[in-house]
Formats: sequence, structure tokens, C-alpha cells
Amino acid sequence: MKYFMKTEADPSAAVTPPSPELMVEMGKFIEESFRNGSLIATGALDPRTTRIRSEGGKFTITDGPYTEAKEAVVGWAIIEAASKDEAIELSKRFWGLVGDGQGTIQRVYDPGEVPQG
Amino acid sequence: MTEAESRDDVVHRAIDAVWRMESPRLIAGLTRLTRDVGLAEDLAQDALEAALRQWPDQGIPDVPGAWLMATARHRAIDALRRHATLQRKAHELARELEQQQLTPPDLDTDIDNAAIGDDLLRLVFICCHPVLSVEARVALTLRLLGGLRTDEIARAFLVPEATIGQRIVRAKRTLSEAGVPFEVPQGADFRTRLASVLQVIYLVFNEGYSATAGDDWIRPALGEDALRLGRVLAGLVPEEPEVHGLVALMELQASRMRARTDASGTPIPILEQERGRWDQLLINRGLAALEQAESGPGPRGPYALQAAIAACHARARTAEATDWARIVAIYDALAELTPSPIVELNRAVAVGMAYGPAAGIELVEGIADQPALAAYHLLPAVRGDFLMKLERFDEAAAELARAAAMTRNVPERNLLLDRAAAATRRARETTGAG
Repeated sequence: MKYFMKTEADPSAAVTPPSPELMVEMGKFIEESFRNGSLIATGALDPRTTRIRSEGGKFTITDGPYTEAKEAVVGWAIIEAASKDEAIELSKRFWGLVGDGQGTIQRVYDPGEVPQG
Repeated sequence: MTEAESRDDVVHRAIDAVWRMESPRLIAGLTRLTRDVGLAEDLAQDALEAALRQWPDQGIPDVPGAWLMATARHRAIDALRRHATLQRKAHELARELEQQQLTPPDLDTDIDNAAIGDDLLRLVFICCHPVLSVEARVALTLRLLGGLRTDEIARAFLVPEATIGQRIVRAKRTLSEAGVPFEVPQGADFRTRLASVLQVIYLVFNEGYSATAGDDWIRPALGEDALRLGRVLAGLVPEEPEVHGLVALMELQASRMRARTDASGTPIPILEQERGRWDQLLINRGLAALEQAESGPGPRGPYALQAAIAACHARARTAEATDWARIVAIYDALAELTPSPIVELNRAVAVGMAYGPAAGIELVEGIADQPALAAYHLLPAVRGDFLMKLERFDEAAAELARAAAMTRNVPERNLLLDRAAAATRRARETTGAG
């Protein structure tokens, strides 16, 4: 089963770049996770979004809205896990390295997979 | 359901997940400490039971793997002290363990440590040791490296739980009696022993892959277990091309999982599958693993060759775009490396696709009297296909009916009977018209 994980930006927290140690640890964790197949893709999201709307064949494109506060880049990952519990355990390992913060875990369905309950 | 019960359920499911993820490392580390895989597994089980008792009340520890290891180490010291023979060696080990105990175990650093990888690899080779029967190797591998419970293995293989339980107990005793060392085989032995490991993983994969849609979920899950084991093994011995070959083969076969049966579980032949349902992620992983398998020096092994055939299908956007000439060439290499009537039969199918049914059926006739194929339903099935294409409908109907009578797989039998009926219809039309 695939899961989408995302960190949540905390506008109240000071934006500090990760320490070199964390970068090394995270690099190892990511490499290991790619190798054992648990990590499918990972990256970061720019907090500035562009909205697109389709209505009666017309498109509306809007940038933003942006908040004034410095928004942190949001991290995301798509992982493969045998169950939701395993996804949570994998997420704990990520947060164990990062420290304080919060995020979300969502099931990702493959094309043709029927969502259940 | 009361609130307390549901909370327990949540914790138990979390423990299950932790166990499946952590137990192979745990057992590998404990085998290094105790030099006895049976004892190591008992200790790990004790630690699991302790977790099941304590975690519902105390909560799940932040680093559950480290908790399990620390608990198991305590028990290892006790067990070694209590050990009936009480040899000096056991004393020494207990003292050594006690000293390690003074520094709190930190599984995070242990995980990074290459030593854990080495221990895991040793455990892989123990589980697949030739002193064990193939069934025992499979059961032990799933139990110690896949983190499956005995009842789960039994369900997956459709045998009674007691059978698997006995198989595992006997396997552990056999290993102990044979004094199988906790080590990675060296020299010429390595390749032979690695072949046994790959065979076990592929057996597990096929058991899962051959499960049909209606089966218990645990059977298809075996395919994922095998893939995981394969990927872990590829990480442990990255310089071995055949490990990558096996991973590539499994990824590519698994990529067709969703497309290979219809809603009723009837198998859909590869050329009729809806290719949009093939899993592109697994295909990409498979092709990347195949590239690694083929990047090394020396000739390709049987897994890499089979993966290369699967890759020809994966790369074709439509069935018509399949590079059959290339597939024939790979089958030539495979037939040379691992000659078998089954490989010849598959090669005949590829030749038929590449160069026409007349060329294909000629090859089939050449192997038709092989004793190994006497009870193999795909021989008459393939022959029936060729006869159909050659418009020899009467003969085709007879062959397809024969194939149907030879298979025990019900959806497959129905498919063959349908095709036999179609051939009979065509035969009647032809005589009617003529």
C-alpha cells in the first residue's frame, strides 16, 4: 500500500536551516529507504501555490494567496508500507531524526484500486 | 467494543508492524550474541511477549527496536546463566553481554552500523542452509526474515499450523545439531549458497504471485514479502548481479499483478492484458534493477535472463509492439544456460510469435515426447494455440480439451474449455462452408 506523507509548515516557528548532521542522517535514511523499497519518492513543496480552475471551458489561474509570514518549505514523501501501522512506524523514524513538528499521512490509491471505508 | 479494547487493538496492531519491521535485525543481532539461531528466536519471542504485556499500559517506546533488543539481551544473560550445561563459554558470553549492558544499547547507531547488515546476511544464509529441506528453508526464512507468525505462514501455504510449527522446530534443531556456523560462506561455496537463497525467495514470490484474487490476502502478500527480502539482499550484496536479476524479475512480474486476472479470477494471457493497469513504478524499478544486473562483467545468469524477457514485455506499449525476435534470442541464451523442456516450450512460443506458427509447432513437436512434459498442461495448450493459428481446428480442439483435463486450476481449465469450444465451432463452420 502506498501512503503520502507531508510535513506541515509552522509559520510561528523560526525558519532554521537543517544542521549538517541532520542532513547526513537524513541522507542515509533516505538512501536506505529507497534501497529497501519503502520510499518511492520524496521532495519539498514551495509554499506558494498556483490555483487553476476549469469552468465551462474557461480557465482561471490565480497565484497565492500568500501569507506575509515566512512559510517553511513543506517536505513530502510517497512510501510503500504493508499497513497503516507500518506507515506510522516509518513516519516515526523520520520524525525521530527531525525532532519537533507535525505532519499528515494519507493512503494513496493506485489506478483501479477501490477505496474502502 | 469498549474504549479500552479498541486502544489495545491499536497497540497490538502497532506491535505487529514493529515486529515485522524489527524482528529480522533483532534475531540477527541475538544470533550473533548467542551463536544459536533457535535460542535467538526464543529470546526475541520473549521480548515480543513482554512488549505485548507492557506496551498497552506503558505506551509504545520511542525507539521500539531498541526496547526489544534491550529486553532480549537481559533475557539472553539469564538464559545463558540458567543453561543446563553451564559451560564456561556460556559464562563468558554472559559476562560479555553484561558489559555491553552497561552502555545503553542504541539501536539507531546499530542500524547504521554495517555489523547489523552483516548479521542479517549471516541469518539469510542460515535460514537457507542446504542442510535443511527446501520447505524448511522457506518456512524459516518467512518466520525469521519476513517476521511472519507460524499461523500466517500456515495460512499462506494452505497447510495446518502444526505442520509449519513442527517444520520450524525441526529446522532449528537440525541447524543446531549440524553446528551450522553464523557466517557468510566464502569462496566457491558462496555462489552455490547464494543460489539457494535466491531460490527460496523466488519460491515465496511465486507462491504469492500464483494466488488468485479470491484468496486470503496473506497469500498475495507473500509476493511483497519476497520483494522486500530481495531488495534487502540486493542492498547487502550489491556486487552480485543475480540478486539484482532476481529483484528485476520479481518487480517486473509484480507490475502485472493487477492486470493478470479478471474480476472472477480467470487468468488473462499477457498479450491480452490491459497494459494501462501495469504498475509503472514497479516496471521502472524492475528495469533499473535489470540494468544493474547487466552492468557487471560476465554472462547473465538465469534470473537476469528471465528478467530481460519480462522487460521486453514491459517495454512494449502494445502487445503488437513486443520484440519477439529479441525474446527468442534471450530464450536461446537461457536454454543454453539452464536447458529444460519448459524453457524449450516457452522458446517455441516466442519463435511462433516471431517467425510464425509453423516454425513454433515444429519446435513443440521436437519436445513433445519429453517425460518431464508428460503431465504439463501447457504443452497441449501451446500446441492447441499453434494448430488454431494454422487453422487445423479439429486438432486444436482436441489439444485444448486435453490441456483442460490436465490442469487442476479451475479458472484456467474453464479458459481452456472455452478455447476448445471456439476451436470446435470454427471446425464446424469450416466443414459447413466446405
